[in-house]
Amino acid sequence: MFCCGVYGFITRRNMIAILISLELMLNAVDINFVVFNRFLYPEAMEGMFFTLFAIAIAAAETALAIAIIINLFRVAKNIDVEDVNDMKF
Amino acid sequence: MESVGSIIILGIIVLSIVVFSVLTVTSRKILRSATYLLFTLFATAMIYFQLDYEFLGAVQIAVYAGGIVVLFVFSILLTSHPGDNSTKLTSKKHVLGFIAAGATLLVAGYALVSRCADLFKTLPAMEAITMDKLGENLMGTGAGQYLLPFEAISVLLLACIIGGIVVARKR
Repeated sequence: MFCCGVYGFITRRNMIAILISLELMLNAVDINFVVFNRFLYPEAMEGMFFTLFAIAIAAAETALAIAIIINLFRVAKNIDVEDVNDMKF
Repeated sequence: MESVGSIIILGIIVLSIVVFSVLTVTSRKILRSATYLLFTLFATAMIYFQLDYEFLGAVQIAVYAGGIVVLFVFSILLTSHPGDNSTKLTSKKHVLGFIAAGATLLVAGYALVSRCADLFKTLPAMEAITMDKLGENLMGTGAGQYLLPFEAISVLLLACIIGGIVVARKR
């Protein structure tokens, strides 16, 4: 899953597809946290809390990135990474 | 894993995660890609339920499948025509992506197999986490308790809301 995320992150050109790949990677890491917590330290809850906070941060980051992308689309009419070269309009 | 049934269910879940995540990054239509992402997130939540973390599975479904996928679909429909195919990839980028993904798979797989293969044979017993214990740990101020990150993340979410409004506002 993480590998798929890495692959998509490098090969895709659409910004939203890149964000989707990013979500895949974050999810893979979350699964790792939870599984290691469950199998190695079943009495502790650290992995679970890390996953909770990671989910919250991912939600915030996605919302902000999508706001930026929509604003960029409004200005540039285009959300391919290689076609957007200017930072200031 | 003790019984045959749970092994079969876990196999189905893991297989669906792998298949759907591959489809997510290889699908040409971006709306389909978002739908496959939704299935992947559901399968992840199934893993959490399977490991007795009910609260985490519920949070996963509510936040990811409920919130983030809706955001994705919304923004996809705003920014592109639903029938569009993405452009054909150049082979150079393909090779680069495959190399990076394969290297990650190699490193992570080797570390996992060599270090912890014997640790995952048996599922250790665990009493179910009650909401009392969860809330106490989330809101407590003692050692190993999480009030400060909780507050920090609430401030982060507030900043994110304000930032989103500022960015998306009409000039």
